[in-house]
Amino acid sequence: MAAGPSAFQSRLAKELPPLLDNAQLDFKAKDDFLATLTCDKGNVLKLGKILSEKFGFEHLSLITTVDRIERFELVYQITSYQNHCMLEVRVAVPKDDAKVPSVTPVWGGANWHEREAYDMMGIVFEGHPDPRRILLPQDYKYFPLRKDFKMDGE
Amino acid sequence: MAEMWINMGPQHPMTHGLWNLRIKVDGEVIIDAMPEIGYLHRGMEKLFENRTYTQIAPITDRLCYGSSFTWNHLFCLTAEKLMGLEIPERAKYIRVMTIEMQRIGNHLMWIAAYAADLGLLTGFIWALREREIFIDLMQALSGSRLTYNYARIGGVAADLPPDFERDTLRALDYFERKLPEHEALYEKSKIFMMRNEGVGILKREDAMNLGVTGPVLRASNAKLDIRKDNPYEVYDEIDFEPQCSNLCDCFGRYLVRMNEMKESCKIIREALRKMPKGPVRVKTPLEGSPGEVFGRVEDSRGEGMMFLIGDGTDRPSRLKVRSPLFVTLSAAKKMLVGYKVADVVAIMGSIDVCMGETDK
Amino acid sequence: MKVGTVLMMRSKDFMSWADDWVGRVMKKGPIGRAVDTLLTDFWTWARVNSLYPLHFGIMCCALEMAAASGARFDAQRIGVIYRSTPRQCDMLLVNGPVSKKLRPDLRRLYDQMSEPKWVVAMGECAISGGPFWNTYSVIEGVDQFIPVDVYIPGCPVRPEAMIEGFMKLQDKIRKEKKGPLTEEMV
Repeated sequence: MAAGPSAFQSRLAKELPPLLDNAQLDFKAKDDFLATLTCDKGNVLKLGKILSEKFGFEHLSLITTVDRIERFELVYQITSYQNHCMLEVRVAVPKDDAKVPSVTPVWGGANWHEREAYDMMGIVFEGHPDPRRILLPQDYKYFPLRKDFKMDGE
Repeated sequence: MAEMWINMGPQHPMTHGLWNLRIKVDGEVIIDAMPEIGYLHRGMEKLFENRTYTQIAPITDRLCYGSSFTWNHLFCLTAEKLMGLEIPERAKYIRVMTIEMQRIGNHLMWIAAYAADLGLLTGFIWALREREIFIDLMQALSGSRLTYNYARIGGVAADLPPDFERDTLRALDYFERKLPEHEALYEKSKIFMMRNEGVGILKREDAMNLGVTGPVLRASNAKLDIRKDNPYEVYDEIDFEPQCSNLCDCFGRYLVRMNEMKESCKIIREALRKMPKGPVRVKTPLEGSPGEVFGRVEDSRGEGMMFLIGDGTDRPSRLKVRSPLFVTLSAAKKMLVGYKVADVVAIMGSIDVCMGETDK
Repeated sequence: MKVGTVLMMRSKDFMSWADDWVGRVMKKGPIGRAVDTLLTDFWTWARVNSLYPLHFGIMCCALEMAAASGARFDAQRIGVIYRSTPRQCDMLLVNGPVSKKLRPDLRRLYDQMSEPKWVVAMGECAISGGPFWNTYSVIEGVDQFIPVDVYIPGCPVRPEAMIEGFMKLQDKIRKEKKGPLTEEMV
């Protein structure tokens, strides 16, 4: 993987901000495969639609939830097979209003990833077709991956 | 006809692991499906935050026990990326060789369970017999039959034992001679072909949108393999072809896996030939540097990823595991609707379920 | 309705009288004891050589359980054949960690098996929780809610160790020396 952005990444850096009303994106190309950008939580679904329809990002690889003590963070890793590029989108989620629009209408594969994110961290995805717990019993009261939850349980 | 929901699982000979498949049937035809998982949840991601890097490596074996070396290796790859380590060439070749041996062992276990489900018990016994050969080879390497803990951060645990190359080449010759017999057993069986052809069709656009990867995606007419697209270790120096099929059904997935076993034999031979001499391990620091990295490999079942956040201590701050089957299983509804109850076994078997990685 | 109630009561009376008579005369009387002594060895031989475990694979030890029924280690030579439904089994092999979500289902499977039944805890996860012993969702050992007869250590258990565990269970059954009438009528 060579250092320096590829032609596709330069194109992304130029064309994405105007499509999102010139929001602050912090687009950075790490090498010719991986690029990172940050996104506001209200713009997530719009960004997903633009990436999937205009730029050919067909595959949502992973949705990670991170507990950064003062806020939550969601990291979406989206891959484009045809353009050989992976985008890491970071979304900051405040702890007192942990609601994010769901990207299931764009990528069907996000369905179970978002259920697991809710199950483990407690972030609610608005518009999700099946917002239930997936790994723990349905009546479990806690969210295990939060930093204030101890490993051996309640 | 009355519509009703039926539970298949968690204790069901079809399931190979603990999960529950709820299907809504109208007579004999399936109109809806809802897999339920979580019976094997062990809290691994929380466990990873409370163990040191050295202690995590044997636990990652238990993520998917059918193909345990790939998870071991994926964790070591990610941790080495975080710490900025460069491992010796010989270690990379040994890792590639072990990954491919593990892939053959995993596909053999799959065909054993699949044949047993469809009623071909001869296939079960034959596949387990060939698998014992590869397990013996990996036991000579690492000391254990199933969960190896052979990859370490910085290389592999130990060098190849004496006469390993001779034994491996002999085993591969025997296996390549026997594989046509296995194929004849399945492809000349009318019942196997009728239960597999045209069953469980998953089109290419649906597979990509639903996040499906691995042999299931390659059987849907998409030649996508991380070993070729984003090579890691020494895959860019080895000559092989990702196998794909344009049949999109259960038989296509069977063909992809059988052909992958043949390709893996080729890769092992080439890796043994090209392996340089030298050390197999470098010294590693106990603490991980701060940073965020991800590792991405082609597991036997699809795209496996680990996202690691280090904070300068000897424990990771966050280690997230992406299991390929977690996503492929969520695409079950697309593959099941419209078929009959008796096809559930064939369709769910052809995606090669292993609940260890799905439930973490 | 009235007829039905009368008939039910009558059959209940009959059952309690029959149990009483059979219990006193047959099981504890001289005829019962003679039958029991004559048939104990035969009953033990039949039980020992036909242990049917349940098709229930939880985690890694399940793959070794499958390998043990292959051609190399052949568990069938000691009489072990896997059955799919708990009604036809007399051995429950627990081969992985039990999570809190699984606990009620496993207890229900155990209750659905009919007497006589034995439980074998295979592997460290079933004995004490294994490497996951102090997480929030794993129960520390299956003997917290099911009585266990034989513990087989290992992680994962080698097929040879599993077959030896079965043979230890066979020794335990031989020592119990239970005939047909020393069983509880369940």
